[in-house]
Amino acid sequence: MSKTLIRGAKVLGGEPQDVLIEAGTIAEVGTGLSAEGAEVVEADGKVLLPGLVDLHTHLREPGREDSETVLTGTRAAASGGYTAVFAMANTFPVADTAGVVEQVWRLGQESGYCDVQPIGAVTVGLEGRKLAELGAMHESAAGVTVFSDDGKCVDDAVIMRRALEYVKAFGGVVAQHAQEPRLTEGAQMNEGVVSAELGLGGWPAVAEESIIARDVLLAEHVGSRVHICHLSTAGSVEIVRWAKSRGIDVTAEVTPHHLLLTDELVRSYNPVYKVNPPLRTERDVMALREALADGTIDIVATDHAPHPHEDKDCEWAAAAMGMVGLETALSVVQETMVDTGLLDWAGVADRMSFKPARIGRATGHGRPVSAGEPANLTLVDTAYRGAVDPAGFASRSRNTPYEGRELPGRVTHTWLRGKATLVDGKLT
Amino acid sequence: MQRHLISAADLTRDDAVLILDTAEEMARVADRPIKKLPTLRGRTVVNLFFEDSTRTRISFEAAEKRLSADVINFTAKGSSVSKGESLKDTAQTLEAMGVDAVVIRHGASGAPYRLATSGWIDAAVINAGDGTHQHPTQALLDAFTMRRRLVGRDAGLGQDLAGKRITIVGDVLHSRVARSNVDLLHTLGAEVTLVAPPTLLPVGIETWPCEVSYDLDSTLPKSDAVMMLRVQRERMNAAFFPTEREYSRRYGLDGDRMAKMPEHAIVMHPGPMVRGMEITAEVADSDRCTVVEQVANGVSIRMAVLYLLLGGNEPAVTHSRTTEEK
Repeated sequence: MSKTLIRGAKVLGGEPQDVLIEAGTIAEVGTGLSAEGAEVVEADGKVLLPGLVDLHTHLREPGREDSETVLTGTRAAASGGYTAVFAMANTFPVADTAGVVEQVWRLGQESGYCDVQPIGAVTVGLEGRKLAELGAMHESAAGVTVFSDDGKCVDDAVIMRRALEYVKAFGGVVAQHAQEPRLTEGAQMNEGVVSAELGLGGWPAVAEESIIARDVLLAEHVGSRVHICHLSTAGSVEIVRWAKSRGIDVTAEVTPHHLLLTDELVRSYNPVYKVNPPLRTERDVMALREALADGTIDIVATDHAPHPHEDKDCEWAAAAMGMVGLETALSVVQETMVDTGLLDWAGVADRMSFKPARIGRATGHGRPVSAGEPANLTLVDTAYRGAVDPAGFASRSRNTPYEGRELPGRVTHTWLRGKATLVDGKLT
Repeated sequence: MQRHLISAADLTRDDAVLILDTAEEMARVADRPIKKLPTLRGRTVVNLFFEDSTRTRISFEAAEKRLSADVINFTAKGSSVSKGESLKDTAQTLEAMGVDAVVIRHGASGAPYRLATSGWIDAAVINAGDGTHQHPTQALLDAFTMRRRLVGRDAGLGQDLAGKRITIVGDVLHSRVARSNVDLLHTLGAEVTLVAPPTLLPVGIETWPCEVSYDLDSTLPKSDAVMMLRVQRERMNAAFFPTEREYSRRYGLDGDRMAKMPEHAIVMHPGPMVRGMEITAEVADSDRCTVVEQVANGVSIRMAVLYLLLGGNEPAVTHSRTTEEK
């Protein structure tokens, strides 16, 4: 079995150390480690993080292989420093049976670029009416623990309550896409000053906040845990903060784009900024950053949502919602959280690896960088700064809102159980 | 002047006054035995209408023909998506046929902006109404009508609407006419008040350069012009207001309410009117109502816009108005 010595890496941003990988495991962490028989990677002051874990990825396979496949999506993940991604259930067919989740899981195994943990649908066909066979998906080879109708809200209070209760039997969690459907009929962007001017249908903050408020109370009532997907408003932050102070078992994620971009960008009518939940205001962005820093929001999740070019090269109303995010997530987090002094690299490891792995029960991921742990690692050149060029993406889709924008940080190496999936910024 | 006309908010005061003054010149053409100018001879204008709007399309077509442009009408019912062809492909197809300007009406807010800014085509783009966003030539023809009536046809030349009090009543939320008018009237120095039930005002309206009121009766005596917006009956099905009757009781303009307006004040409507809903027949047919004038003025305004965007430096009308005035 091959050996790799990473020399002079700032582990979680600390003092430079050497990390020796052997047989897929971290064999030793220290200074002046022997390189004998090992392939040496000169880290030269780069930051070494545990492999990133994304709790919210759309891999699109099966059904929309024109926008992404498990293979291209996991290659994008490895490029972005991820070693595990959770694949959302809104595929065609929907991942609401053991058969579909096992298919996705198997495709992930075959890809070899990162671990793919399928998420199962909460309800049959994401229709919100009848519970999917959650237990069967959990017991399948895919071992599903996270369930979500993401893309749609489980808006029926009784169905949501039952789902929260039911998954307790096997330690599952329901990840809610919080969007009150009636309040968001025809919604095209955040409802506020900009939507009033642009004449685009409004997606009010209250449509998210009211569902989150209901669901944390339901979780409390039935003693279950609930996870909030892509939290996007200052009001949602306050509700989650209140729920946590009450001891409710709630976790929440924020996307990189909601940490950086605002609805002012929609003035361009460029659908590359069309996403669900929509880009909010500067005030929301600041509240989200603060909440991620103080732990109210637990994790960063990409909501990587690939779409083919033609679905964005059109008028706003006709365009698909969503942005790709796996290959830019860490850079955006560095820009918004690290370079602003809100988080250190240990904090980034916590929000992008340790905690998402814990919420999703991803064994072998989100582990400390220490001897005996699986060698799932990411090396980041934090001194780098450059313009985003979508032409270089490994993802099959290019719908990034960051084209041409200068961002800091570049993932140079990723190791999945000791096997390099990315070397010097190139996929293996 | 800019190369495109997408939003009334893009016009400076001087741009707007120039368009209004040019429209006065164009209006004189309509009084001639031969209502035609050679200005756009050899230029091709396409009217690209993704939404039904016979009035606006005919108005543009009349304006284009009076300027001797070659006119192509392209009517695509429904959205580009349901049609299966994208807006981009449609526009590029037309441009390949050698179009100099595209007059576009589209149900999606921002579609003309996308057409003008995405590098899809080189032609000038004129917004003939997009979704609930903008309808700049409507705002221009409304301002033209107000200037004529409230300032004077000749006295108005070179003038804006400084100090004029304009009240716009009705479904502001879904109205591109309201948005365009607020922008343009503000630029021209008028004081605008929007009156509507709170359900028909957009969240975020507080930044608009106008006043907002829920009470029509108190606003009428302070108005030089009252513009009634069309209110679709179907809105009551989405709980924007309880019933048609209640809407017209609270926000409709009838003879009694019209009597509260100052003597000189005019009643406007962009059409089509829903008689018995936002306006009674008595008001609609009164001398103070400018609906028919607005339609006539629409042709002059659209001629002015087309001329200024496409005509280049040549004078639009062979004899100048100053000599005519003498």
